[in-house]
Amino acid sequence: MFKKLLIANRGEIALRVIRACREMSITSVAVFSDVDRTALHVGKADEAYHVGPANASESYLNIEKIIATAKRCGAEAIHPGYGFLSENPKFARACEEAAIKFVGPKPSAMEIMGSKTRARQAAMAAGVPCVPGTARGLTLAEAEIEGAKIGFPVMIKAAAGGGGKGMRVVRTAAELPSAFETAGSEAQRAFGSGEVYLEKLIENPRHIEIQVLGDEHGNLVYLGERECSVQRRHQKVIEEAPSSFLDSEMRRRMGEVAVRAAKSAGYTNAGTVEFLVDSERNFYFLEMNTRLQVEHPVTEITTGVDLVHLQLRIASGEALPFQQHDIVMRGHAIECRIYAEDPDNNFFPSPGKITRLLQPSGPGVREDSGIYEGWTVPLDYDPMLAKLIVYASDRPSAIARMKRALNEYFIGGIQTNLGLFRRILDHPDFIAGRIDTGFLDRLLSAKENGAVPVNGLSEIAALSAALFSAAAPSGNHGSSNGVMPSKAKGAASSGWKRVARAEGLRNL
Amino acid sequence: MIYEVTVAERTYKVELSREDASWQCKLDGKPFPAEIVLRSDGVYSILIEGKSYEATQEHTPLGNNIVVGRHRFTPTVRDPRSFRSLRRADSAAQGSKKITAPMPGKVVRILVAAGAQVEAGQGVLVVEAMKMQNELKSPKNGTITKLNVAEGSPVEAGQVLAEIE
Repeated sequence: MFKKLLIANRGEIALRVIRACREMSITSVAVFSDVDRTALHVGKADEAYHVGPANASESYLNIEKIIATAKRCGAEAIHPGYGFLSENPKFARACEEAAIKFVGPKPSAMEIMGSKTRARQAAMAAGVPCVPGTARGLTLAEAEIEGAKIGFPVMIKAAAGGGGKGMRVVRTAAELPSAFETAGSEAQRAFGSGEVYLEKLIENPRHIEIQVLGDEHGNLVYLGERECSVQRRHQKVIEEAPSSFLDSEMRRRMGEVAVRAAKSAGYTNAGTVEFLVDSERNFYFLEMNTRLQVEHPVTEITTGVDLVHLQLRIASGEALPFQQHDIVMRGHAIECRIYAEDPDNNFFPSPGKITRLLQPSGPGVREDSGIYEGWTVPLDYDPMLAKLIVYASDRPSAIARMKRALNEYFIGGIQTNLGLFRRILDHPDFIAGRIDTGFLDRLLSAKENGAVPVNGLSEIAALSAALFSAAAPSGNHGSSNGVMPSKAKGAASSGWKRVARAEGLRNL
Repeated sequence: MIYEVTVAERTYKVELSREDASWQCKLDGKPFPAEIVLRSDGVYSILIEGKSYEATQEHTPLGNNIVVGRHRFTPTVRDPRSFRSLRRADSAAQGSKKITAPMPGKVVRILVAAGAQVEAGQGVLVVEAMKMQNELKSPKNGTITKLNVAEGSPVEAGQVLAEIE
């Protein structure tokens, strides 16, 4: 096993890996940018080195700097976390050349899975189902033949396309000629090429993914699935394991297919094969993520496997300590991703100082977080603050437990999406497991039914506001009027806000 | 001590007095049977006829909130002792509206010049934070009387960026 590991990341995932290092008696090395000197991962690691300015491209994405840091401090391996350099084959190759072990797959496997077309080719060659389609430009006559072959509804897509331009849903053969015509001319105008192709339309799909894990001795297993259909603009918000949509037979089929896809690329270490699943339970390969996923804890909890420990053991050359038939999923786990963003204002990011933090605990609760009270969330990086994960014997108990844990969670000073989870967890479709990738957008576009019922709570709020106001000046030995320098020029003029500033200074 | 507190569009008169280190309170002139303890972490624990509530104060650069259970309130507190100064501030604010930065970030674009006519809901400037751009809109029809920032300026939450009259 390695004696020293550098973690080329920040936030909660850096802490996750640091914790694994502690448990395995490995010296952990953090890296940080200018604005992260006070970040939690710097304090919790055994060693920490500065790698550059706030801008990630000059710090957390700076391959030369990170490799040089690893060499200088004598780290034998680098864990990339997720995001940043985690899926960059150039980085994996640079590690190899510097004789530093990259904790992840080989660069060749990353290259195959990192390209949509190469991944699709590899998957199809391995007999992995992909969304049926032609993937090349067609004439109208060809399109009519292919459309009948694929089966309606189909999607017309521009070969050069993106951003929804040149895309048309076609529900019947009769609609095809006119849709083909308009999609083609739209594509011509947008991309200078009218070439279009057909793909089967997967309506309201679920996003279900399979965790795989392979060692460097040819063993590869799957560790069950994660249901990740609750998404907003392709950003996952809630994940669970297992999926209430799968039975053990389908889990086995998807797992075996995922293992085949991974094997076809010579995959090692932890990875995730993502599938779209239609309402008829057909599943189609979407892509493979060649790294540890944000949502890995729900798999850890339901399989009893520590994925980061195993990543490190695999990278140091050990064989997998179990076989496929040893893997059993037990109970139900749910994860909520806590973001510094304001659901009431278009999900706008909300960096700033965390003035109060009350964290949930108790039975079946795990919180993987990178924040602390008094820390200022920098405005330079992803707004994810923490992940709240709960575990219970079944899905209804896990939902109830998550609601309980969310009620204990308080993040003050910045806006977070904590309130949104309560809306999701109380929604009858979520409770019934009727979720697809459009679920959250539909929920958000539906107006919240009227004002929030606050029966009697506004009196308590009024009383508390008065109490806090009364407490502020008495501690100041006199009136605070007129002595507070207005830092934020011309800030609102209400008495409450005035008292707020007095309180804020008093606490310094 | 008497405060006028507006919460959820209702204004309450809250009277507080201390007796033997415990708080007595009246709400709109009537006694309010609340047993109140300030916990060390700045959370009030309030018992009302056996029912337990926790009220947490939240400081933000944009003002103060009170969170009771899972409901967040933004109360306005008027202290009669400073009534006069507030009146003055209120009347000065009348007719003119401000656009304040909802979060720290950087001004990436200014969409209208000082002196320009704008309509309510029209974008005035764009602030970027965490790789997301936020268009800040005019709260009313009027003229941009002040533009306090330039493209590229860093801004703090609560900072007044523009005024419209």
